[in-house]
Amino acid sequence: MIKCKTSKAIGGMGHSKKRKEDARFIQGKGNYVDDVKLPGMLYMDIVRSPYAYAKIKNIDATAALAIPGVVAVVTGKDLEKYGLHWMPTLMSDTQMVLPTDTVMYQAQEVAAVIATSRYLARDGKEAVMVDYEPMDPVMDPFKALDEDAPVLRSDQEGKTDNHIWHWEVGDKEKTADVFNNADVVVKQQMHIPRIHVASIETCGCVASYDKVDNHLTMYMTTQAPHAIRTVIALVAGHVGLTEEKIRVISPDIGGGFGGKVPVYPGYVIAIAVSFLTGAPIKWIEDRSENLQADSFARDYHITAEMAGTKDGKIQATRFKVLADHGYTDASANPSKFPTGLFSIGTGSYDYGAAYMEADAVYTNKPPGGVAYRCSFRVTEAVHAIERMTDMFAKKVGKDPAQLRMENFIKKEDFPWASPTGWSYDSGDYHAGLQKAMDAIGYHDLRKEQIEMRAQGKFLGIGISTFTEVVGAGPSQDFDILGIKMFDSAEIRVHPTGKAIARFGTKSQGQGHETTYAQIIAEELGIPMEHIQIEEGDTDTAPYGLGTYASRSTPTAGAAAAMAARKLRDKAKKIAAHLLEVSEQDLEWEPGKFFVKGAPEKAKTIQEIVFAAYTNHPEGMEGGFEATHYYDPPNLTFPSGAYICVVEVDAETCDIKVRRFVAIDDCGNIINPMIVQGQVHGGLTQGIAPAMYEELIYDKAGNILNGTFMDYLVPTAVESPSWETGHTVTPAPHHPIGAKGVGESPTVGAPPAIVNAIVDAVAHLGIKHLEIPVTPFKLFKELQKVGYFKKAT
Amino acid sequence: MTKKITLKINGAEHTMEVEPRMLLVHAIRENASLTGTHIGCDTSSCGACTILIDGKSAKSCTILAVQAQGKEIATVEGLATAEGLHPIQEGFHLNHALHCGFCTPGMMMRAIELLEKNPNPTEEEIRWGISGNLCRCTGYNNIVTAIQWTSAKMQGKELPSTEPKFV
Ligand code: FES
Ligand code: FES
Repeated sequence: MIKCKTSKAIGGMGHSKKRKEDARFIQGKGNYVDDVKLPGMLYMDIVRSPYAYAKIKNIDATAALAIPGVVAVVTGKDLEKYGLHWMPTLMSDTQMVLPTDTVMYQAQEVAAVIATSRYLARDGKEAVMVDYEPMDPVMDPFKALDEDAPVLRSDQEGKTDNHIWHWEVGDKEKTADVFNNADVVVKQQMHIPRIHVASIETCGCVASYDKVDNHLTMYMTTQAPHAIRTVIALVAGHVGLTEEKIRVISPDIGGGFGGKVPVYPGYVIAIAVSFLTGAPIKWIEDRSENLQADSFARDYHITAEMAGTKDGKIQATRFKVLADHGYTDASANPSKFPTGLFSIGTGSYDYGAAYMEADAVYTNKPPGGVAYRCSFRVTEAVHAIERMTDMFAKKVGKDPAQLRMENFIKKEDFPWASPTGWSYDSGDYHAGLQKAMDAIGYHDLRKEQIEMRAQGKFLGIGISTFTEVVGAGPSQDFDILGIKMFDSAEIRVHPTGKAIARFGTKSQGQGHETTYAQIIAEELGIPMEHIQIEEGDTDTAPYGLGTYASRSTPTAGAAAAMAARKLRDKAKKIAAHLLEVSEQDLEWEPGKFFVKGAPEKAKTIQEIVFAAYTNHPEGMEGGFEATHYYDPPNLTFPSGAYICVVEVDAETCDIKVRRFVAIDDCGNIINPMIVQGQVHGGLTQGIAPAMYEELIYDKAGNILNGTFMDYLVPTAVESPSWETGHTVTPAPHHPIGAKGVGESPTVGAPPAIVNAIVDAVAHLGIKHLEIPVTPFKLFKELQKVGYFKKAT
Repeated sequence: MTKKITLKINGAEHTMEVEPRMLLVHAIRENASLTGTHIGCDTSSCGACTILIDGKSAKSCTILAVQAQGKEIATVEGLATAEGLHPIQEGFHLNHALHCGFCTPGMMMRAIELLEKNPNPTEEEIRWGISGNLCRCTGYNNIVTAIQWTSAKMQGKELPSTEPKFV
């Protein structure tokens, strides 16, 4: 049970308060971007390339423009006149808004059609005739580095190959030394495939430029409205759209998961067209466009190695990555982190030598590199370390749970300096794994596994004990386009003791309207029901960098607590004034200050706030408002211990998850119900890449599963019944001891599942399986080791 | 070329001029301005657009507006009455069965028909029953729980606790 400091009526931290935002969603009154309808609004649709790599010879819009209701067709040449045909990416690369001569991936935007209705815009799109001269695309990232590979980014001066950047961290020599002298080395090549966040709401916007006021209102599906406002100002400042003339409104968002961080060409075209025509422009992509053109996630080819002693002590790891970024590096990472936080890949284990390197290449695939519900590339790292830990355990003949217990960083060793430079703030890995093992009945399962094998049946048990790194981030290291990644909260308490608080983050389903209210209720004792939360409007909210990478609670949640504490200090002064005692004589209990030793002499927070407007002490500012910009001193390091049990059908290779226990440690818990909900959802987005999802391209650059018919988002049938729990190790440096949780399960689940499947068939000689592990893939691997020959 | 049609949605008549090719979901959202019914795909795979037509759940992106004339259409906006929320709405709220809320209207409309046909579904029947509706946020656990809770509520049975359960 979680202990609460506040009463249920106040509803501070630890209460499973039902969500405040639900009322509108369950009654169909949410306001998503496609629900926005403005007078005189026109609709935009986008012509896309059928080829992965081609020269554009000609674009003929005559037939399209002849359709009544089609207002305009916009091409790259049109945008070029305003210098808007290219835009910068977050990683200081460049991306086409619309091409002037070459297309670089299938489904790339080629032209935009503006019409008076959705249907007519689609008619216009069908009628635009584009002449292409197809070229051979570069699809294999390994071949992209061949000497004779065509140089894809010939737009970059002096570019002679497809290499984007090299990155490395750790001590190369020391690590090599450990490897050279180790008893045992395991090594595995693995691919973390390209996948797509596929939030059920796609991306879109309504760009509305007012020519009279020279003012742009941009309703858009963005997880980071303020950052977007700044980006628009940077891209379009030269045509007069400076930052004070831009208002970005992020209405209700139907799921984000990182896919709504980037600036997509569609947004920019819509702005440009609205700017030129003065009409509001609505652009809503359809699902296929979303899957085929919007930012992908992952696509890391990793060679992972682990070295250790023969009795099972991990001594070193070495990861080498080839990152396929598509035709531009449009990753959504903090600027100084080209591989995101991949360097967390030394995991939860106590050893001193690690070296990681990565090289990124251009190919003829869509750009991206977003998170898919993960903190900047942490999933890739966790997959590698957790797979290697299992392989190492197998090699030295140790139970994988036992081996983990023996190698964990100990509770008393925090803060712990990792060999790749992190300072882990806190954790209790032993307790987490023990709790998961007890919950699932680990030792009984191992016995059952032996019995089942004797009957020719396959049971597998897989573990993942991961460490996440979230809450970006401390301003000395973390920025996006130079803007430091702190976050903000502003609280205004009205005379009657009710409040509104505004934030620079943006919920996409995480429940901020409830949890932020609970944080403020905890600190001020005002019932959470009476605290209204607002986000997503750059005209009203304080500046912040948005919601992704599990950063809202670690940054904005902390800002809320700090702003509330400023108000509590003020409240104390007012209470002292009202009670005619000195501040030192006052004590706080949630909701009131009272005189030490005389609890009947008290002032409630409501009385105090009222006094702030009606009877405040002389020399004090009136009113009751505070703002705080929180710059975290460190990241937070949530962790988890997950155990998965699978049954594999010995004939059909069908894989069934029998049980899955997830024990998370996200520090202090604001709302257990919401945390659990986040974990459930994250786990389903963990089984997705482990068993179902992958964006597949053929050699000619065609995407083979770019619709919801064949890109397999798990339904309620594929998704198991999750069992969840927690341990609580508060983040020592965080005002409320919270760590963030939205993504942990997506990060931690895939290796637990794969480790379980490998474990089920390990006795047949299977050492590794690539994700997604489908029955067919497993069948082929079993065929390779001769299993079916033996069986028949 | 447009056609004048009248759609009966949540008991109210909406007369509109539509092209024969217009999808019902667009007519509901744009002509009748009932935006609670959502669009999540272009292949009739996601179920975000699920409504009831003559009491049967249907994906409104698979039907033309002109085909829906003379039928009783029910959307999420019609669920709550003067007496309060529909039990399925209560069930979803109390059991935290929604995060972003985008799949929720479709999911609830589907669940209503499911419970009508099978007032006491097993967990497996619920999972198969909503397998035409995708949710990317919740992991489905709480949607299943919400439908179980609603099943109890609609039959006047003792209501299960809506506190989260942990191992
Ligand atoms: S919109 Fe996806 S099924 Fe109708
Ligand atoms: S709650 Fe977001 S898709 Fe279901």
